[in-house]
Amino acid sequence: MIYLQLFYEFFKTGLFAVGGGLATLPFLYSMADKTGWFTAGDLANMIAVGESTPGPIGINMATYVGYVTCGIPGAVVATLGLITPSIIVILIIASVLKAFRENRYVEAAFYGLRAASTALIAAAGLSVVAGAMLHLEVIPGTVTEVLAGIFNWPAIALAVAVFLLSNKVKWTKKLHPIVFIALSAVIGAVFRFAGM
Amino acid sequence: MKELWDLFFTFAKMGVMTFGGGYAMLPILQREVVESKHWATEEELTDYFAIGQCTPGIIAVNTATFIGQKQRGTAGGIMATLGVVFPSVVIISLLAGVITAFSHLAWVQNAFAGVRVCVCVLIFNAVFKLWKKSVVDKITGVIFAFVLVASLLTDLSPVWFVLLAAAAGIAAKHPKKGGAAK
Repeated sequence: MIYLQLFYEFFKTGLFAVGGGLATLPFLYSMADKTGWFTAGDLANMIAVGESTPGPIGINMATYVGYVTCGIPGAVVATLGLITPSIIVILIIASVLKAFRENRYVEAAFYGLRAASTALIAAAGLSVVAGAMLHLEVIPGTVTEVLAGIFNWPAIALAVAVFLLSNKVKWTKKLHPIVFIALSAVIGAVFRFAGM
Repeated sequence: MKELWDLFFTFAKMGVMTFGGGYAMLPILQREVVESKHWATEEELTDYFAIGQCTPGIIAVNTATFIGQKQRGTAGGIMATLGVVFPSVVIISLLAGVITAFSHLAWVQNAFAGVRVCVCVLIFNAVFKLWKKSVVDKITGVIFAFVLVASLLTDLSPVWFVLLAAAAGIAAKHPKKGGAAK
């Protein structure tokens, strides 16, 4: 039965996630919340693995979630669930391609929908930030104590460095994301980012 | 049948060569599909890619279905799509097992804590790029702000926000009144 549920959850994701692989992220977050198959922390690792391995990131994340949930059959079922709506929708559109592109209702719907999709990815991104850069387990004390304890300063410093390298520095901003992921892994291991 | 397998293997090869999102796939598609196999022209590929970006699902999958469908109809669309996801399923299944086996080690956990920080930045880099294309005026600005705040504060499924925003887009543009489509 879990396979059916897995297929259904990913079918829904494939049907409503618009704008590429990362657009599946908000759906995966709500899936983690609802089903308990994996945690939000697992999901951040899945994004990193999905980004650093061959294949489209959306497919990689779906396969990973499926695998964590119920092994190799789960990986296959989740991936098939994700791609089934695409296949159906695209086969229909391909047969009416011209009319679809010129339809004013379609154009207007996508005008609203694209902004919502960006906002959903941003919201999911903020959840990743909360897990990676804040100490949410900090014990409540006075306001100053909480403010001093809640920020994970080494993590924030690394984030600023990666942001500058990937956007501002001329020689490094064209580098593939894998380079930044590998670098961050080394820094995390050397400076014991998980406190282990 | 031979052509169907050709679609499968060509798209599997492109799946292996793509790292990251569908955008990373465009140059590879140009080389394989347009220049080497002549399955589509440069203009057709751009069209498929544009539609793939604004229709539900993964861009790489949508584009694969389009090209496969053009070559060999429905069966072609399915084979090309299965081809593009096949390497992911194999590689991730192998890797996920390895990661699970080593995940209790301290240095692995520390490394992943570092990686998660990097992932935050990568997500926001993608959001900034999407923002430029999707938040183009006041109405889309309001939709963006509303969905961001509402999805942070509520447990509603993203499905509702997507449907609501599509309806808001139609309401805002009054397509039936506008005689001349933009």
